Amino acid sequence: MIAHLIAQRCTNCAACVAACPALVFDPGAERPVIARADACETCYLCELACAEDALYVAPETDSHDAPPVHDLIAAGLIGRIRADSGWNDPIDAGQLDDYRLLGPLLNAGVEIATRRHEARHAG
Amino acid sequence: MSVITTDVLIIGGGMAAAWAAIAAAEAGARVLVVDKGAMGTSGVTATGGPGHWWVPPDPAQRDVAIARQTAKAAGLGDPAWMERILDLTWRHLPTIAPWYPFGSDGQGGRFVNGVRGPEYMRALRAFAVARGADIRDHHPALELIADHAGRVVGARGMALRDETSWEVRAGAVVLATGGAAFRSGLIGSHACTGDGHLMAAEAGAHLSGMEFSISYSLSPAWASTRTLPYTGARFYDAAGNELDIAPPRTGHRHYQTLGAAMLAGPVYADLIDAPRELPAVLRRIQPLTAAAFERRGIDLFRDRFPVRLFGEGTIRGTGGIDVIDDDCRTGVSGLFAAGDAATRELVAGANSGGGAVNSAWALSSGRIAGAAAAAEARDHRPFDGTAIPLGRAGLRPGGAVRTIDTAALIARAGHAVHAYDRAFWRSETTLAASACALENDWHLIAGHGHTSGRAKVELRSTAAVVATARWVIAAARERRESRGLHYREDAPAIDTAQARRLITGGLDHVWVRPLTTQAQDVAA
Repeated sequence: MIAHLIAQRCTNCAACVAACPALVFDPGAERPVIARADACETCYLCELACAEDALYVAPETDSHDAPPVHDLIAAGLIGRIRADSGWNDPIDAGQLDDYRLLGPLLNAGVEIATRRHEARHAG
Repeated sequence: MSVITTDVLIIGGGMAAAWAAIAAAEAGARVLVVDKGAMGTSGVTATGGPGHWWVPPDPAQRDVAIARQTAKAAGLGDPAWMERILDLTWRHLPTIAPWYPFGSDGQGGRFVNGVRGPEYMRALRAFAVARGADIRDHHPALELIADHAGRVVGARGMALRDETSWEVRAGAVVLATGGAAFRSGLIGSHACTGDGHLMAAEAGAHLSGMEFSISYSLSPAWASTRTLPYTGARFYDAAGNELDIAPPRTGHRHYQTLGAAMLAGPVYADLIDAPRELPAVLRRIQPLTAAAFERRGIDLFRDRFPVRLFGEGTIRGTGGIDVIDDDCRTGVSGLFAAGDAATRELVAGANSGGGAVNSAWALSSGRIAGAAAAAEARDHRPFDGTAIPLGRAGLRPGGAVRTIDTAALIARAGHAVHAYDRAFWRSETTLAASACALENDWHLIAGHGHTSGRAKVELRSTAAVVATARWVIAAARERRESRGLHYREDAPAIDTAQARRLITGGLDHVWVRPLTTQAQDVAA
């Protein structure tokens, strides 16, 4: 669930206000307000929408607990999803060039499980 | 109340709603989209990564694919519909190119059929806006409105930001509200409460395939993610003993054995056998999945972690609003259905359409319904007479108003549909118990539910969850055999005499009846 809105980074662009499907954020005079934190679904899409890397979503769907912001920055976790997704790069930067591997890797796992099961039940 | 007029009203904000908006606008209609969330982040596609069913337009290849899918549909699919969605998907998915950065296919071309959710929905929103669609986010519809002949002429709802009411009058309405996940925690599904199912039923529409609404995905116990990393997992109990889990390829048996283990105690996954190439590229494919682990300080490829199954209800299942013709009409004049809100039984039959077939359906049914609604709107100007609001449960109680514990009702409905012991081994005994509990809850909310402000949306969502669970359980009781996703421990074999669809509907009195159609005779 939503854990941090980093005031020093926020430019009040309100991208998170528009993006959140659960209406977690209300617009504010200086920056958005986390008005309905408990409505957060842990979808991470506000972080993806935030070009300033000013948001952090804790990984549990039933908890807002997270380390302090400076620890998260030091660990490289703030802004990581947006960077991994390639949303800071030009749209044609090839950020989806590995996406074709999803199906083959998923199927490779299925094959591994099938072979292991057959081996276990062979003898 | 603000009243807006338009040609086509689309209710929903996921991929089917977007494709419907695009197709309706391309057909020349004024298009208004109202969504409970925000188009672009709403629904299960936005956090997912649909790999559309994708077969080149070569008759031999298409025939093979359709024959395979028809067999998988276990006697209930319609090959003609399969052919249509293969064709529409092939022709239209590439048209998102101006807004979607297709990746490489590794051979100098573009990889088209698999698209990442956030980028896909961002692209579809931009595409719909470019075609002229007017999108109102955070504007949930609460009920449909009709003329005196019963024709649906629009909807009413709430603008969440300022809690004001709105009414839209339209020449035609498309329900693209998604499936129902019964608040299982499945990522992206929180708003998927069967709202369109309830609104359609209140207008007189029927549903089909509701008994095949059992599907699950495996995820870490603390949050639902995509499932890419887990397909090769080993499983352990709390004492560290390896569990003998049937592999994913066994389908229902895989989930049965996992469910049985989870009923006995916590289950842990170990990804030591994962494909060797996976760790290096996981975050390039599914950044959100990597985040769910590293933010807990867990190395998912080295550390064992607790897992559970998250219900996917009618989302990965096949049930939904029945469509009665090639235009995705619901049988109610002026009302169309698309995507997961609609039945997928035509293309998936008794089994899950998985991501691929269901995504092809969402794109295709969205385009079909959008174009047909635009054509319909040419003959029907927005209604300017006195409209009749159709919403009942949660809006207009039959008796004295009482406080409704929405969380408790949703939890009971989720238990009836998704509890492992009830879902993986259905029987008349447990189905009857579920039906009884749901019946009480339905009459409680329909008889006494009423509230004001934003809470109205949650109360209506609760009514929709309970209603949808009732149709699931009623259809499951009526299908006295095991077929596809539907397994009855008191009738474990397939019965050829029951190779027909079940249609269900009704509000205060739920009914189920078999349907025999020409298409189905051909499929069988």
